[in-house]
Formats: sequence, C-alpha cells, structure tokens
Amino acid sequence: MLRYLLVRVGQAVLVVAGVVVVVFLMLHLTPGDPVQILFGDAPVPKEQVEALRHQLGLDLPIGVQFGRFFLRTLRGDLGRSLVSFRPVASDLVRVVPHTAQLAVASMLLAAVGGTLFGIVSALYRNTWIDNSVTVIALLGISFPSFWTGLLFVWLFAVQLEWFPITGYGSVKHLILPAVTLGWYAGAVLTRLVRSGMLEVLRQDYVTTARAKGVPRHRVILLHALRNALIPIVTVLSIQFGTLLGGAVVVETVFARDGIGRMLVNGILQKDFPVVQGAVLVVAVAYSVTNLAADLSYAVLDPRVEYG
Amino acid sequence: MASRPVLAGLLRRLSPGARAAAIVLVLLAGPLVWPRAFAPFDPAQIAPAEIFQPPSRTHWLGTDQYGRDILSRLVYGTRTSMSLGLASVSISLAVGLPLGIAVGFYRGMFEAVVMRLLDVLMSFPGILLALVVITMLGRGLLNAMIAVGIGQAPAYTRIVRSAVLSIRELAYIEAARAAGARNGRILWRHILPNIAAPVIVIATVGFALAIIIGASLGFLGLGAQPPRAEWGTMISEGRAYLRSQWWIPAFPGLTIGLVVLTLNLLGDALRDLLDPRLRS
Repeated sequence: MLRYLLVRVGQAVLVVAGVVVVVFLMLHLTPGDPVQILFGDAPVPKEQVEALRHQLGLDLPIGVQFGRFFLRTLRGDLGRSLVSFRPVASDLVRVVPHTAQLAVASMLLAAVGGTLFGIVSALYRNTWIDNSVTVIALLGISFPSFWTGLLFVWLFAVQLEWFPITGYGSVKHLILPAVTLGWYAGAVLTRLVRSGMLEVLRQDYVTTARAKGVPRHRVILLHALRNALIPIVTVLSIQFGTLLGGAVVVETVFARDGIGRMLVNGILQKDFPVVQGAVLVVAVAYSVTNLAADLSYAVLDPRVEYG
Repeated sequence: MASRPVLAGLLRRLSPGARAAAIVLVLLAGPLVWPRAFAPFDPAQIAPAEIFQPPSRTHWLGTDQYGRDILSRLVYGTRTSMSLGLASVSISLAVGLPLGIAVGFYRGMFEAVVMRLLDVLMSFPGILLALVVITMLGRGLLNAMIAVGIGQAPAYTRIVRSAVLSIRELAYIEAARAAGARNGRILWRHILPNIAAPVIVIATVGFALAIIIGASLGFLGLGAQPPRAEWGTMISEGRAYLRSQWWIPAFPGLTIGLVVLTLNLLGDALRDLLDPRLRS
C-alpha cells in the first residue's frame, strides 16, 4: 500500500515536471523568433530586440534557459505580463479563488445532481421519469456551455430578473455560471450512475440483503450506492478537468474574473507569460486532482490491492 | 467488398432514435456539399434596410445586425463547422491510430515512454491543449482545426491502445503468429479490423466533441474569424443582442446542439451495435 502511494506520487511529480517542460517549450516551439513573439507584431529596433534577448536570457543555450525557467517556476516566479507589466503570479493569486469557487460549486452540483438523478433514473427504469432524466442529460452533453449560459442569462437574468447578469461576489452571481458548467459533468455522471446502479442492483449481495429483510432505502444507499461509487470517483476526477477547461468558456460568457478569462485575454493579446502561467496552474491543479482521486480508491474500495 | 449489405444491415438494427440521427446527418450533407442550393440569401450580403428583422416569411430565422439572413449563414456555417469537426477528427485519428496501435502492439520501453508523454499532454484538460496549440500557431479556422485535432489526439491514442491490448493476447493472434505471419501482416489483417469498432465509436463521439470545441474556439474569438459564417462565431457576434434580438444567438446554438445530439445518439447506437462487451 505504502509502495503504491509512493509510486503514484512519484508519477504525479514526473507529470507535473513534464507539464513545466511543455509550458516552457510553448514559446520556443512557436514559429518565429521568441523575442519578436514577446514584442507582438510591433516593429522594434534591432538593438532593443537584442538587448531584451540578453536581458531575458534568450541568447543562452536552451538547456540553461530551461534550468532557469524551472527554478524560477519552482520559486513561484512566473514572469511579468507583457501588457500590464505586473507579475503573472500575483495576478493568478488574485483570480484563482474566483475560478476555484466556480469549479467547486459546479462540481458539487454535478456530483449531487448526477448521483440523485442517476439513482432515480435506475430505480424507475423505462418510466417517464427515467426518460426525462435521460433527455435532460443528453441535452447537457450536446449543447455547448457558451450557448446554454447565454440561454440562462436570457431566461433567468433578463426575462425573469432572478439573478444578476454578470459579475462576481455573492452566491447569486455564482448560481447561473455553476449550473451552466455543472450541467455537462452532471449529465455524464447521471448516465454513469444509472448504468452502475442497474448493474449493482442485479448482484447477488443486493438480492441477499433484500431477502434477509433489509429495508429498500438501506439497500440502495448502503449496499448498492457504495459499490457504484468507485467509477463515480474516476469520472468526477476526469470531469473536474473538463470543468476547468469549461471554465475558460463560461467565465467569458458571464464576464467573470478568473483563470479562464485571464488565459483567453492572454491569448488574444499575445501576452505569452500570462498564457504560460495560466496554463501551468490549470494543468497542475488537474494533475493533483487526479492523484487525489487515485489515492481515494484505496479508501473506497477494499477489493483493490496494491502490489 | 460486401460493405453495402453490411451497412444496410446496420441501419436496420439501429434504434428509432439512432435512425433519426442517421437521417439528420444525411440531410446535413446537402448544405455541406452544396450550400448555395439551400441558402435563400447570400450569407455575406449586408443589407442596412433589413437589420434586426425578427423571424418572418422572407427571413425564416430573422436577420442579424448587418441585415444578413441567419438561415443562410447557418447553411454556410454548416460547411465551416462540419469541416472543422471532420478535419480535426482526421488529424486526431492520423496521430492516435498508428501511435496507439504501435504502443499497444510493441509495448516495452517504447510504450512506457509514450504513455508518460500522453499523461503529460492529458494534464491539459478539455479545451486547454487546443488553446496551447492556438497560442503557438495563432488564431484562425485552419489553426483551430489543427488545435482541436492535436488536442484530442492523446485521448484517441489511449483508447486505440487499450483496444489493441484487449485483443493482442487472444488465441487468433497467437494462431496467426504460429502460422508464420509477420508483425506487419498481423497488424494489418488481424489487429486493425478488430479494433475498428471502438475506433468508429470514438470517431463519432469525437466528431461531436470536435464540433463543440471548434465552436467554443470560434466563440472565444480564437477560431474562425468574422465575417466568415461559423456557428460559434455567430453566437459570439449575436451575444450583444441577446436582450432584444434573441434570434441572432438562439438559432446557431440550437443548430450546434441538434448536430451534436445527433452525433452522440449515433455514437451510443454504434457502441451498442458494434461492441457487444459494452452492451447493457
């Protein structure tokens, strides 16, 4: 068990190191001269280009450059924005809580909603309840979040005036973006819980429990759900990634400050250090979540053995 | 080859929902191949006198802020958005299929190295890897195709690999080897046909995902650029008029949803049909 933990943590460290390499290479694999890329399309005198090249260390061998990049990334120094000249790291620290709040809220909605709808759907298999849940799930998977987000804004903010249209702060600001973002993940989960529950409800231990007189709700919650929970954790950790990616779009729809919006603006303004910083933070957050999910199997499923 | 009866047989065995989905897809081929025949107006024609017309008998889905006919732009957008999806799925397959087969078949150090690299690339979730590629290549429709294709390629590689792993130890592969077949022949005659089912399924569902990601890039201003008619870009342009001219962003979104729903239904049906192990 301990060996498994160490190996898994070691793998995660390697993956994160790999992520740093990819983020470093982004600038160098981009066609063109890195210094000119950093200047954008602006015409710059040659001496200034060379001065900046030297100042940024872009004239050093690539291995040395990577070493420097790696060390300063470890120290939490992500460089300065080319547009605002502020340190990228401090801007990230400011917006990360906004995105984290959105991601966690949508994750909770997806987890609770997906599990509930999935169970209900399985228990009332092939009735109108099951069918409507399936339709809601399919719509959530098929409609792009930037459009459902606009639909929610139109319906609940513009027509009904229940929620503010954009912005950040109160719970009211959070609900529409969180529902928009959580719908997709919740839909994926609903389908999974439904088929998982149908599978588990057929198992002998469920029949045994029912036969010896355990009440139906206890069987569902204690015997069936617990065993259907393992794939749920896997899917939730994968969906958390999709959610982080989806936050890019949803933050733009709701004009909400966050990593995603910072990233998109960075790309639009060709602000390379901002893009690198934002990408790095999201990828590392996702790797850590995956690690946490893998480790949680050990707790959830006593059948899993680790060699 | 006997592909025609097989295809007809497949269609017969599809559920009603999936059959409807197949029909929708066939109908989309029209605007895809020959948009001029289906669009009542020129999609780029700016008409100052016609701006912000709600849906009417002349303009079935209304007009936008430049007086352009929305139905016509949707029809032309079919070509943009669908070819974006098709091109990026082709790119994902061109990378993922050979790499996944090679990794699953040859295994060893090669597999270990490639899989760790894929772990790294898959730490950039959802649209993020596509955004990394867009950052490097710049915006635009062609770059969006490449970005979405590369962004999804690691997932394709993994699925192909696990499909290969599940059959490489089976008796018929061993029999072929015992009969003296070389690796090349085994790969081509025995492995490739037998992983076709999962590959067709991921390509279908992946097509749906590629359309969504491509449209998202368009919406963010990083994919297809105005004035080109593309579903995501149309929503992004129509966003400002949500309050009073709802039809401008509404119909492109409905179109995307319908097409993606169609592809998802088809993917589910194909999965049930082609892969008995996944049948519930």
